[in-house]
Amino acid sequence: MNTPKKLDEPAWAHELYDILRAADVTQFAYVPDAGHSVLIDRSLADEGVHSIALTTEEEGVGIVAGAHLGGARAVLLMQSSGVGNTINLLSLIRHGRFPFLTFISMRGEFGEGNPWQMAMGQSTQPVLEACDVICLKVERPDELAEVTNAALTMAFQSEQAVAVLLSQRLIGAKKF
Amino acid sequence: MTDNMDDRLPRREAVAHLLGDGKEFLIVAGLAGTKNDVLNVTGADAPNAFPLGGAMGAAVSIGLGLALAQPDKKVLVVTGDGELLMNVGTLATVGILNPPNLGIICVDNEHYGETGFQKSHTALGVDLAKMAEGSAIQAVRTVTEEGQLDDAARVLRETNGSVFVLLKVKPDYPPSVRGTWDASISKNNFRAALLGA
Repeated sequence: MNTPKKLDEPAWAHELYDILRAADVTQFAYVPDAGHSVLIDRSLADEGVHSIALTTEEEGVGIVAGAHLGGARAVLLMQSSGVGNTINLLSLIRHGRFPFLTFISMRGEFGEGNPWQMAMGQSTQPVLEACDVICLKVERPDELAEVTNAALTMAFQSEQAVAVLLSQRLIGAKKF
Repeated sequence: MTDNMDDRLPRREAVAHLLGDGKEFLIVAGLAGTKNDVLNVTGADAPNAFPLGGAMGAAVSIGLGLALAQPDKKVLVVTGDGELLMNVGTLATVGILNPPNLGIICVDNEHYGETGFQKSHTALGVDLAKMAEGSAIQAVRTVTEEGQLDDAARVLRETNGSVFVLLKVKPDYPPSVRGTWDASISKNNFRAALLGA
């Protein structure tokens, strides 16, 4: 049987996981995505966290809110293609003033070669901002720690909804 | 199973039977009818209940995040058939994680009570208990008559795994119980009581 090629494991992704764990994030909710594969694998191997595979991104919004009700910190990992699935439930975050932190691996922007991805990729930031989600972009590995720490403080201390957009410039555009 | 809707259980009494005084649970209540059923038991603005006034389709996922965060407490989601159908895939997410402290009660009146009492899918052959079983939730009960309530109440409290109870009720419309509609107030009261925060 041919098994799919294991993706490269960039150092920034391990750094991101370590920062989130140091900030006491104990629930990782995600729809599987190549850009988040290191975080997903690390969360699956980590007995100190709940690794939560979702059927749709919308569930992740509820889980983040429920975790906060119970005094735990959760993050939602998703691809920009799935952001539209969360919009209705962002009303819960905004109305209830829940802390909300999501990491979005971008498609449909820098160097995208699949035209189907362009529409949602280009809509991601304006749509999130229309729902009162603050967007912080990471384009280079050396920006990651600073932006992630800023996002953690804004989400969990200032009770804001924050999306960290991981650019294809950081992740690498998929080759076709 | 009876086909005469008038013979079905009255929702308010049936939910109260399952919950007891409700104090042993952390409760997430779905919007509208089930919010009223829960607050009727706990009292409006009870700090162990987080009632939704919107966010349709989020009740089970909120309960799941809460159950994972609070493994030593029993978490109960009480929601309606329409609310559950909106994100029924969340049953599969519950099934694979199987938190032992999560119970879900679906109060199934087979109608959309807030929008003109249109029939829901469950009036037309869809069985949410089978969907829960198919989602790998191990303990599933369907309650259609009063004699089955004690068993369901016991399973909700004693099972070491996630539980799903489909409570078939008549499509009546008991009066609403009005607590705060501000979710940030409900959230802060809930956290203060639970966490002292």
